[in-house]
Amino acid sequence: MQRHIDQEFSDLKDRLLQMGALVEEQIDRAITAMIERDAVLAGEVIERDMLVNRFDVEIDETCIRLLALQAPAAKDLRFVTTAMKISTELERMSDLAENICERVIELNEEPQLKPYIDLPRMAAWTMKMVHETLDAFVRQDAALARKVCADDDFVDNLTHQLFRELVSFMIENPATITRAIRLTFIGKYIERIADHATNIGELVIYMVEGKIVRHMTPPATSPTL
Amino acid sequence: MKALDVSQTVLKAESQGLNFFYGQAQALHGLSLPVYDRCVTALIGPSGCGKTTYLRCFNRMHDLYPGNRYEGEVILYPDRVNIVGPEVDPIEVRMRIGMVFQKPNPFPKSIYENVAYGMRIRGVSSKADLDMVVERALQEAALWGEVKDRLQASAMNLSGGQQQRLCIARALATSPELLLFDEPTSALDPTATSRIEELVTELKQKVAIVIVTHNMQQAARVSDHTAFMYEGRLVEFNRTEKMFTNPSVKLTEDYVTGRFG
Repeated sequence: MQRHIDQEFSDLKDRLLQMGALVEEQIDRAITAMIERDAVLAGEVIERDMLVNRFDVEIDETCIRLLALQAPAAKDLRFVTTAMKISTELERMSDLAENICERVIELNEEPQLKPYIDLPRMAAWTMKMVHETLDAFVRQDAALARKVCADDDFVDNLTHQLFRELVSFMIENPATITRAIRLTFIGKYIERIADHATNIGELVIYMVEGKIVRHMTPPATSPTL
Repeated sequence: MKALDVSQTVLKAESQGLNFFYGQAQALHGLSLPVYDRCVTALIGPSGCGKTTYLRCFNRMHDLYPGNRYEGEVILYPDRVNIVGPEVDPIEVRMRIGMVFQKPNPFPKSIYENVAYGMRIRGVSSKADLDMVVERALQEAALWGEVKDRLQASAMNLSGGQQQRLCIARALATSPELLLFDEPTSALDPTATSRIEELVTELKQKVAIVIVTHNMQQAARVSDHTAFMYEGRLVEFNRTEKMFTNPSVKLTEDYVTGRFG
C-alpha cells in the first residue's frame, strides 16, 4: 500500500542527498584550494558553509515534524532518526571543510612547506568514503556501509604517516613549525571527515538492520595528537 | 513466533495451543502466548484478527453462548489451573481475573453498590468489610477523591471517564490477579484516556494486565510486551520496545508502520 507519508520520506531523502552532494563539493573544493593555493576558492567554500547549515536546520525541522505528527514506527522510525543524525554528521563535515580553508588562507601567507603527497591521497580516499556512505544510505546497503567503516583504517594510517613526517620537519627546522602545525591540522580535519563518514555508515547499518554498531570496538589505529 | 528473553519475569498466565471455535468457525488457531506478572501485555492486530476472542477466553466469556468450544489450555499460575477446562467454574475464574470493556458499563446502581457487587456475590455482607473494599478499590482506580462524598449517587450520572474508572474499581474489588482490558479508552476523550493509561501503569505494580487496543501509540506507551495477531494466529510476541523499533517479522513491520493491506 502506498502511503501519503512515503512521499514525505522520499522528499526527506532527496533533501538529504542534495545536502550530501553539497558537502562532497565543499570538501572537494577545500582540497583543491589547498593543492592550488587558491585563497579565493577557499573563501568561497567558507562562504557556502551557511548553505549546508540551512539544509541541516531544514532537515531537522522536517524530521521533528514527522516524529510529532506521524509517530513513525519500526523502519520508518529508524529512517527518520537516522536522517536527523546523518544531517548532523554532514553539517560537521562541512564545518571541517571550512576549517581546512581557513588554514589554507593562513598557509598562503608563506611559501609552500613541501609538495603535498599524502594529504591529497587521504582526501581522495575520504571523499570516496563520503560518497559511498551516502550511496549506502540511498540503496539501504548495509554491506557497503560496513566497507566504508573498514576503510577508515586506511585514512587513519595515512594520518599517522603525515604526522610523523611533519614532526620531523619541525625537529629539523623550527622555522617550519607554523606551517607544519597548520598542515597537521588539515590532516586531522580530513581524518575527522572520514570519521564522520564512518559514523554515517554505522547509522545506515542501524537503519537497515536495527542493530546499533557504534562504539562496539575501539578504533585500533586512531591517530593520536 | 519469535523467541524472547524473559529470564527476569514471572509467568502469570499462558495459553498453550489454544484453539477456539464459534460453532463450526475456528477463530483462534493454536495460540501460545505468555502473560507475565506485573507487566502489561498488549494485543494488537487488525479488526477480526481474534484479539477480543482471545481476551475473552481468559474470562470464560464465551461460555455464555452455546456451541462455542475451546481446545488447548489457558494456564493460570501459580496453581496451574486450566482456566478453559470444563471442570473449572467460570465464576471462580472471574473472581481471579477481572475484565473492563470498551464501553463503560456500570450497573444501574449506586457507585458504592457497583464496587461492592463482586464481594456481595462472594458472600461478604459485613458493612465494615464492604466499606473497606469499596474505598480501597476506588482509591486504586483513582476515583475515590471524586466520588467519596456521593457514594450513594447513581453510577449512571458519572462522566464517561469516571464510569470507566468505576468499572476498573469494580474489577479491582475482588483483588484479581489478572486484569483484562478490551479497548478501554476507545470511547473516551484524550484526557480521560491518559488517566486510564496512567492508571494501567500504576496497577501493573500489583497485577498482570492484558490490554487489547487499536491505538498503536497506546500499546507502545503502556505495555511491556506486545503480541501481534493476524487471522486468529500469533505472528509475533516481543518486548514492546522491540516491536515498535525493530520487529522481527515483516508482517508486524507492515502493520506497525501502517503499510498493511
